[in-house]
Amino acid sequence: MLAQVIFYALAALTVGSAALVAFSRNIVYSTFALLGALMGVVGIYILLAADFVAMVQLLVYVGGILVLTIFAVMLTAGIADVKVSNRTVGTGPAIVVAGVAAIVMLYAVMRTQWHQAAAFTPAPTTYAIGNAFLGDYVLPFEVASLVLLAALIGAIVISSHEVRE
Amino acid sequence: MGGGITLNDFLVLSLIIFSLGLVTVLTRRNAIGILMGVELILNSANINYLAFAYYGGGKYDGQIFAIFVIMLAAAEAVIGLAVVLAIYQNFKTIDVDAAETLRG
Repeated sequence: MLAQVIFYALAALTVGSAALVAFSRNIVYSTFALLGALMGVVGIYILLAADFVAMVQLLVYVGGILVLTIFAVMLTAGIADVKVSNRTVGTGPAIVVAGVAAIVMLYAVMRTQWHQAAAFTPAPTTYAIGNAFLGDYVLPFEVASLVLLAALIGAIVISSHEVRE
Repeated sequence: MGGGITLNDFLVLSLIIFSLGLVTVLTRRNAIGILMGVELILNSANINYLAFAYYGGGKYDGQIFAIFVIMLAAAEAVIGLAVVLAIYQNFKTIDVDAAETLRG
């Protein structure tokens, strides 16, 4: 019962914030609403017994990506002018497309008999995930560091003035 | 999760977030707004990964995939925002309709 109340509170927070991201007329409001959506998702992760992933989400998304997005919003002018900052086009067709996609997916979710294992007692996941990263998943782990290095250098090259002149 | 939350609840939640992210991507003309929609979509995929990992018996593979998705989302946001800043320096706007130099 308690878990259900927590789930619906988190779901309301997440969906409400995501709706604000989608429909707000002001890009600054959208950005701060994204904070609520990401925090709601952190709660959902904890509810799903994924403590390590929840903390990674908190550090990377809320601490990194969101701050970066806020910086980018503040650095690009015309924020105060709603027409410029957050113009939307084709809202009707977009809602129709997303609605049709949602109905098809809802049908698939409801029709499918998902395999469900027996309930288990949640335990801290950090130890097992660390072992997996240095065992079965060591190759993707190393490739991920290469991807991050390439993204780092690429971002510096793309955004620096001198290189493009 | 004895509280009566089922796998379907999480899948429907993720579906709603995905749809809102799709609407954001389709309607925004602000490049940063489009990137925020992409973040919502990636988060909905992550909820699915973790829900299947939880209801599939507590294996860790789903959580590891979610961590990789978060990592790629960070790389995508960095590159995307760098491109947006470069577009802003060239066109003095981040309206994606304004950057049409390549249009034939």
